[in-house]
Amino acid sequence: MAEMQIKPMTMNFGPQHPAAHGVLRMVMEMDGEVVRRVDPHIGLLHRGTEKLIEYKTYLQAIPYFDRLDYVSPMCQEHAFVLAVEKLMGLEVPERGLYIRTMFDEITRILNHLLNVPAYAMDVGAVTPFLWAFEERELLMEFYERVSGARLHAAYYRPGGVHADLPAGILDDIWAWTERFPKVLQDLEGLLTENRIFKQRLVDIAPVSAEDAIAWGFTGPVIRASGVAWDLRKSQPYAAYDKVQFGIPVGKNGDCYDRYLIRVEEMKQSNEIIRQCVKAMPGGPASSVDRKVAPPKRGEMKHSMEALIHHFKLYTEGFHVPEGEAYAAVEAPKGEFGVYLVSDGTNRPYRCKIRAPGFPHLAAMDFLCKGYMLADSVAILGSLDIVFGEIDR
Amino acid sequence: MSDSLRELGEYIAGALGPAVIGTSVSLGELTVEVRPGDVVKASKFLRDDPNCLFKMLIDIAGVDYPEREKRFDVVYHLLSLKKNHRVRVRAKVGEEEAIPSVDSIWPAAQWFEREAYDMYGIYFSDNPDLRRILTDYGFEGHPFRKDFPLTGYIEVRYDESQKRVIYEPVELRQEFRSFDFLSPWEGMLQPRVLPGDEKATAPMTAAVAPAPAPGPKNPAPANPAPGAASPSPTANPTNNPGASSAPKAP
Repeated sequence: MAEMQIKPMTMNFGPQHPAAHGVLRMVMEMDGEVVRRVDPHIGLLHRGTEKLIEYKTYLQAIPYFDRLDYVSPMCQEHAFVLAVEKLMGLEVPERGLYIRTMFDEITRILNHLLNVPAYAMDVGAVTPFLWAFEERELLMEFYERVSGARLHAAYYRPGGVHADLPAGILDDIWAWTERFPKVLQDLEGLLTENRIFKQRLVDIAPVSAEDAIAWGFTGPVIRASGVAWDLRKSQPYAAYDKVQFGIPVGKNGDCYDRYLIRVEEMKQSNEIIRQCVKAMPGGPASSVDRKVAPPKRGEMKHSMEALIHHFKLYTEGFHVPEGEAYAAVEAPKGEFGVYLVSDGTNRPYRCKIRAPGFPHLAAMDFLCKGYMLADSVAILGSLDIVFGEIDR
Repeated sequence: MSDSLRELGEYIAGALGPAVIGTSVSLGELTVEVRPGDVVKASKFLRDDPNCLFKMLIDIAGVDYPEREKRFDVVYHLLSLKKNHRVRVRAKVGEEEAIPSVDSIWPAAQWFEREAYDMYGIYFSDNPDLRRILTDYGFEGHPFRKDFPLTGYIEVRYDESQKRVIYEPVELRQEFRSFDFLSPWEGMLQPRVLPGDEKATAPMTAAVAPAPAPGPKNPAPANPAPGAASPSPTANPTNNPGASSAPKAP
């Protein structure tokens, strides 16, 4: 009998797949169990955020940023308000900077607490997911206490934050940071040395530093490849130049390293939060420039001018001087950037959102080639993909 | 900071010669404008030159200025990890023009270019895989162009009788509203218009302009600048189902 020729099989992964972390469709060309080519089809969650923002005032654009990467909302608001502040040359009071730093780190933990156990679930461990969600719930309570919303906070505003911290929240955050290392230890006890977990992750899709840079990787993914690059250190914003923290760097750049980096980042974030609580300065949490930041409600009861400012800000909004600016923050997933073009009116002319997950997913074909089908799930999980930000 | 950026800008302009149209530093950011045909050459230089080392492509953004002759800006944001600085490279391209792909310099460019192509219809020559990326299968038009209405042309819904998802022309329950908050007082800030003048002339031009086409329901771009409306097929009323209102693909 002649030699059998096995035809490569084309397989559809998703768009409804529990391991796709949302709505991702991947057309995979398989050679038996081995992946030969991956073609991710994205855009199933495309909402045209950037276009919508062009039709909204600057203030109305903020809530859209919560809805991009819906597990790390505040970091994305941060990039947008930084871009607006850069264009307007706005100063943020010290307290506002510290509050932003603190909530950025709370957001980072929030994000990694979703990604790490969801990742574990992709490769077969269910328990960490339930454990981590308990902590996420507590963190979202902090979100709720400052902004009124558990997820879509819209808390950061140009000039500072929407409202000052409510009484007692710093004590509660402190108490939470006291117990969190224990939780993390438990989580690690389930995963880090777990034999099955390591078998699924170690040496899967190692990325060299050169490749990581060329493909535009940022965040934990590039740090796992041994590049000590973190915008919080290299281009500090908010109060990151005033707190002490370490940048974990990986050695092999494989899936397991990416997991380890995220766990270590949570420990560092916890430390940053504690430093912020300790060093939280007094004073206003938001700019007192009434042409940008709205007045307090109490002030409006007796000041005509405050009332006018409030009315103008919430109907017309403020005008941003003509120009363009790019502002980036170290979001939990990598560099989240906003490129803002202003034509001098109350609406952005163009707002390009640079989502960290986009180049990560673009490299999916490069990463998966030659690995098994089951590995592609592990690779996808290790990239920390959320479709809100990729599809925009 | 801005001094060193200015020096870097001059250095780049000097080394690349006529490929660079101009450099500027504003808000602590360096912008280099290059000729669209020289994008690959400039990119290679910016990536490999020991003074630049922009090894990472952060983003490619399209920007649409419909009133301009070359209507699109293609904006590349580059980052150097070693030098810890950024640069913005800008190239202006027209609607019928192509710009070379930088896919060979940074593999990450491929998806960014696909996105710019999808959203704006900017054509990147020699990109090996220039397909649509974010929009629906079979989508027509380029949604982020300023003359593409915010509501779009078609909507989808599940049809109970046909038991499948169907595509229909957009039908708005409420007329699309675009609020113009620009008060006459703003005129005082802009010396080029007399206070209140723009308000007085705006309705007149609006009344004259759409006379050939029967009254468009959806105001095209929100930008109230007169002359922003471009002579494109989008001037058709969007809630007119049968009309071939979908813009042609390039």
